[in-house]
Amino acid sequence: MDLIKPDLGLLVWTGITFSLLLFLLAKFAWKPILNAVNTREQNISEALELAEKTKAEMQALKAENDQILKAARAERDQILKEAKEAANHMVEEAKGKAKDEAAKIVESARQNINSEKAAAMAEIKNHVASLSLEIAEKVVRHELGSDDKQKALATQLAGEIKMN
Amino acid sequence: MQQAGKFSSLLQIFVFALSFFVFQPFAHASEEENFNVGEMIMHHIKDAHEWHIAGPEHGGTSIYLPIILLDNGLITFSSKHFYHGKEVEVLGKDSVTYHYMEGVGPAEGYALYHEEIYKLNNNGELHFVGDHPHNASPTDLSVTKNVASLLFGSLLILLIMFAVARFYRKNGAVAPKGIAKFLEPIIVMVRDDIAKANIDKHKYHKYVPYLLTIFFFIWINNMLGLIPIIPGGANLTGNITITLFLAFCTLLVTVFSGNKNYWGHIFWMPGIPVPMKIFMIPIELIGILTKPFALMIRLFANITAGHIIVLALISIIFINKNIAWAGLSVPMALFISVLEILVAFLQGFLFAMLSALFIGAAVEEAHH
Repeated sequence: MDLIKPDLGLLVWTGITFSLLLFLLAKFAWKPILNAVNTREQNISEALELAEKTKAEMQALKAENDQILKAARAERDQILKEAKEAANHMVEEAKGKAKDEAAKIVESARQNINSEKAAAMAEIKNHVASLSLEIAEKVVRHELGSDDKQKALATQLAGEIKMN
Repeated sequence: MQQAGKFSSLLQIFVFALSFFVFQPFAHASEEENFNVGEMIMHHIKDAHEWHIAGPEHGGTSIYLPIILLDNGLITFSSKHFYHGKEVEVLGKDSVTYHYMEGVGPAEGYALYHEEIYKLNNNGELHFVGDHPHNASPTDLSVTKNVASLLFGSLLILLIMFAVARFYRKNGAVAPKGIAKFLEPIIVMVRDDIAKANIDKHKYHKYVPYLLTIFFFIWINNMLGLIPIIPGGANLTGNITITLFLAFCTLLVTVFSGNKNYWGHIFWMPGIPVPMKIFMIPIELIGILTKPFALMIRLFANITAGHIIVLALISIIFINKNIAWAGLSVPMALFISVLEILVAFLQGFLFAMLSALFIGAAVEEAHH
């Protein structure tokens, strides 16, 4: 029976000790420990949330970047195309100009040549005319150097003249 | 492997030392008189005014604990004055002899019989009626073995938990290290699996400190009880006074937490006819008491039974008076001791769990 008979002295000591233990632990142990654990749990869940949010943001950012990159690429292609076109155009233009210039030069050269040729021809004609006159004068002078020859020519000319 | 080897050899030395401490008193007793297992076990699991360490029961090495008596004023002296006092033999009515220790020195006028302190009567003796002295008893507030164990265990809990709290106070809400790393999962288990799981999630916060204290108090004192030598070995959590007090605390918390819904279910059970409502009142009122009563008995019986089994198994050696029996009794005692480590945790967990369940029922809101 002793075994299941509560003892007053032990009960008093237990009451005092346990109450003190509960008070001290609650105030100086459980409170800071539970606070720290709660704070950490909150931090972790917040951090996880933030990570999730950041991930979404990163995704959005990446999509945006891709968009920008795509646009930039398109723009670059456009610019390149335009530049190529401009270059081609310039080359074409230059080519055309050069051709015109060349044609002009050739034309003016031809004109020069023609005019030179005409001048030369005119000179040659004059020369030939004066030479011919000289020759003719010389021939005439020779043919009509004696009286006989003058008479013969006159006769001949007279014979040619037909009396109608 | 090196470390394991070192550890096992250390363990061997420990076991050897233990056997020296534990077995010697019985060995001595068995030589002189018939070894009484029941008496030895009962002696161990009950409270005492000394803390026996080694040697025979009388005249061995003991720590004599202070006696504090309330008897027309405060009287204090060492229990040495009882244990080293005058042994008196009294012949009872049915020719039974009773032995008690009469105090000497400052303990003059008092006698110790079965760890109870009595005042000597006018003839200077204890007067036995039946098997109990009929003398008056002073109020005994002595620091007994259980009180010393209680103080030591509480101090140990304080030291451990303050160390954990210091870690968080110093480092803030970071990942735990050291002792905090070991205890935090257990603290979180009590908070989540015991308090949160059984009590309304808006109200459980208030009860977590109580449940944590009760869990660690029972667990650590159970574990201390498993250590065979001082400062362990006292059958503290297997003492009915302790379990009575703890169960009473849970009863108080439950009763003072009870809301309108809880008392409504006790005094006017909804959903049944009026005569039944009246009939249910006493049943429900008894129910308030049976719940903590079951808590009290469960802890007391489990821990006391554990101590009894281990001691009984060790006693096999002394009953047979042959050391060879150690080959059977030591492995069995070891097995039970290991099982008791599980029981130590389980009983603490159960006590806190059921307390939480009762509190949860008391604060539950009507859900209709």
